[in-house]
Amino acid sequence: MNYELVCGLETHVELATKTKIFCSCTTEFGAEPNTHCCPVCIGLPGTLPKLNKAVVEYAVTAGLATHCEINPDAKMDRKNYVYPDLPKAYQISEYDQPLCWNGYVELSSGKKIRLTRIHIEEDAGKLVHERGNTLIDYNRGGVPLIEIVSEPDIRSIGEAAEYVEQLQTIMRYIGVSDCKMQEGSLRCDVNVSVRPKGSDRLGTRTEIKNMNSFSHMTKAIQYEMDRQIDLLESGEDVVQETRRYNEENGCTEGMRGKEDANDYRYFRDPDLVAIRVTDDMVAALKAKMPEDPQKRLARFQTEYGLPEADARLLIDRRRTADYFEAAAKGTKNPRTVANCILGPIFSRLGSDAAKDEFRVSVSPENLNALVSLLDAGKIRKNLVKSTLEKMLDTGKPAAAFLSEKDLAGVNPDDLRKICEQAAADNPNAVKDYRSGKEKALKAVLGAVMKATRGRANPQEAEKILTQIMKA
Amino acid sequence: MGKYGTIARLHELLTTRQISCAELTKKYLGAIETDNGRLNAYIKATPETALAAAEKVDAKIAAGQPIAPLEGIPMTLKDNISTAGIETTCCSKILKGYVPIYDATVWSLLKRQNAVLLGKTNMDEFAMGSTCETSCFGGAKNPHDTGRVAGGSSGGGAAAVGGNLAAYGLGSDTGGSIRQPASFCGIVGFKPTYGAVSRYGLVAFASSFDQIGPITQSVEDAALVYDAISAYDEMDSTSSGRKEPAFPSLGNDIRGKKIGIAKEYFDGVREDVNGAIRKALDVFRSLGAETVELSMPSLKYSLPVYYILACAEASSNLGRYDGIRYGYQTAHYTDRNDMVCKTRSEGFGAEVKRRILLGTYVLSAGYYDAYYKKAQNLRGTIVRAFENAFQKCDLMLAPTVPMTAFASGRTAKDPVETYLTDICTVPVNIAGLPGISVPCGTGADGMPVGLQLIGPKFSEAAVLNAANRYELAARESSFKAVKAGVSL
Repeated sequence: MNYELVCGLETHVELATKTKIFCSCTTEFGAEPNTHCCPVCIGLPGTLPKLNKAVVEYAVTAGLATHCEINPDAKMDRKNYVYPDLPKAYQISEYDQPLCWNGYVELSSGKKIRLTRIHIEEDAGKLVHERGNTLIDYNRGGVPLIEIVSEPDIRSIGEAAEYVEQLQTIMRYIGVSDCKMQEGSLRCDVNVSVRPKGSDRLGTRTEIKNMNSFSHMTKAIQYEMDRQIDLLESGEDVVQETRRYNEENGCTEGMRGKEDANDYRYFRDPDLVAIRVTDDMVAALKAKMPEDPQKRLARFQTEYGLPEADARLLIDRRRTADYFEAAAKGTKNPRTVANCILGPIFSRLGSDAAKDEFRVSVSPENLNALVSLLDAGKIRKNLVKSTLEKMLDTGKPAAAFLSEKDLAGVNPDDLRKICEQAAADNPNAVKDYRSGKEKALKAVLGAVMKATRGRANPQEAEKILTQIMKA
Repeated sequence: MGKYGTIARLHELLTTRQISCAELTKKYLGAIETDNGRLNAYIKATPETALAAAEKVDAKIAAGQPIAPLEGIPMTLKDNISTAGIETTCCSKILKGYVPIYDATVWSLLKRQNAVLLGKTNMDEFAMGSTCETSCFGGAKNPHDTGRVAGGSSGGGAAAVGGNLAAYGLGSDTGGSIRQPASFCGIVGFKPTYGAVSRYGLVAFASSFDQIGPITQSVEDAALVYDAISAYDEMDSTSSGRKEPAFPSLGNDIRGKKIGIAKEYFDGVREDVNGAIRKALDVFRSLGAETVELSMPSLKYSLPVYYILACAEASSNLGRYDGIRYGYQTAHYTDRNDMVCKTRSEGFGAEVKRRILLGTYVLSAGYYDAYYKKAQNLRGTIVRAFENAFQKCDLMLAPTVPMTAFASGRTAKDPVETYLTDICTVPVNIAGLPGISVPCGTGADGMPVGLQLIGPKFSEAAVLNAANRYELAARESSFKAVKAGVSL
């Protein structure tokens, strides 16, 4: 029988606010254990949470970017469970009145993956196992998260991967998260079930927890799909359970233990007041939002005439796209700008992390100035790349590497003389040209450009050569 | 009143240099040494902290600088109020050895005024109880009769102030924990509007009910302390600060004020207590106040609503005591789970366990709607009943407790009967209103009776003023002196 995948994702995204969700500790990643903590985020007796307004703003922005409705009257609830990384023995989250709901993410095929909800919550600390001991690092405790819950609309592994990529792009775009899977600032729980193709019934699902890389996620879904199909084929039932992906053997395995039996005893957190999101606040956040990446992708192709692949590479990171637009402003050669970024600049940045950061020694204004010289016919294309390399080496503007002579071009009288000389030096080419081989002109033109070390305006030179050689 | 160490009197003694702050402090510390064994009001004295503050105040006085009303006044804090560097146990074995690294907001505010902290006072474990007897240090005794309870949960604070071992104390009131022991010990206990005083640093029992307030020897003192601790605090999201200071309103006429009497408050009230309250009502009438009869049938749900919601919140608030980070940890265990289970089983007392179990139950899947949700709805009903009542009157008057202080040792026998002593105090916490208990004479057993005045939200100034008018008018008959502690 033919089966199809039915999959929905719960994606946790760490918000990039400067401070934690309920206290003023920094959210910075990678510090010494337990140095980003205070009485509030380690839950000392008597402390109280105070909601960071920026967290609400970031989450609402995420909701707007994914076409969600915004809840004007949200609240926070306690999710009670016991684990050493959770110092209050409850996580402050949102249960039945999340900040955002009813949104969607559009895939490149045009298919919409519906979002059930987006809610805010606090992250827990981290257990560190060391030489038989378990230590607790509370630095991450209280870091703000949003949980984005999709409907089971995903039908293939490709769609699952694209959905997460889209989320990553959107969240990075609007600046609410860096979405680094390797640092855990984006993690997914995947709900997987299978059913006979064409059926509209949902099969029993399993949930694979805490996927923190694309490759693990796709492998885990594939494994889980195959496992469930095998079960069904052999007449067995799929058991609804939480599973974990074993990176070593590439299998998913059932998580024994009480987690499944947890009764979280949700109730409204009496320490926090209602979250009121006013229309004015939503309007202000909307006004601050950057262009939707999908729309920008289309615009880059029409407005700048970029090939889709190039446009996509630029759009992928908002910093890159913003840099491109600033550098391409007013230029006749946007593709050259794109090539500068995708070529020399990207190759210097190297790693994905460096591309995310996008620290480039050449300002977009300086790149714009360089390409303007090309626009004005003052330099040739080949000079653009070599000059850019020098600019990247030193951080200096183009003018530092182009002499007065380079920029001044060649005056018309001199150019005529050089052209006459070039024609005289290449009698065969002239003969060919006169006998109808128009291409022969290029050879003479090459000689002119060589003689002027690229400073001559090729259109001008061609005009003069045509006159000379026709004579 | 007045005879002993009210704040106003001590302030006068200090400013007129009849006694130095260090001498005064030593007097109290000495009295604690001699009398605390009998009263068990303090579970920890802090002489060094006290004398250091006293020195600062003496230096100011010597330099001719003016001092604030609470400056240099010896006082106490209930042991659920976080004090940096001073062990804070909530009188629970599970928090033994826990020394906070931060100050509760109320304590920071008072510290800034050079309050002289004599020590931390006894309480029911995690403020769960009405007798102070669930304390892991044993209960505080009533200064009027040490065979009887001081009340609870702020029993230690009430015994300390009632027994003249402190000029005032801060307690916390979740279901009557300030007003009830104040009534039992014949002093003043004031629970402000929810949100008027910051809860930051108050170890949580039931977050939507808890409120810090003063335990004092006079209403005037309560107003002074209330004014000093009520302020908006950005560390407490539910804090709203006060509408107006109360002290300047004292002395206002209460002629024409309508005092509401809801008959439900008097169901099951002991005859002699009822008599004392009725007599007090006559005093109010003589001061020109009018009485209005009211009926608030929804008050009969107060106790179940309170115990369901407060226990639910407590079950969550107390989840953090697992022996991992601070406080008590069991000595022998096999693994983490075993350690947490044993720590909690050994660290919590019976009453706390009872309430955690009850609260866990009412929040569980399948029971939430029948208990927690229903109680939340009824809480709304009671809130609206008070709103309606205050359309018809300015203040309400009721007994604080339907009886006087009873003999020690009763809680252990029948917890539910003890819950019933909260019947007149919990409605105020359910609705978040200000309420005060003021002494109004004695019962047939010679033990103090307290009357309760209740106002609409943020009507502290009016509540305290009316209580103050009554106290001044009934001074002779309402107040029963105690022979214990400091006499000046």
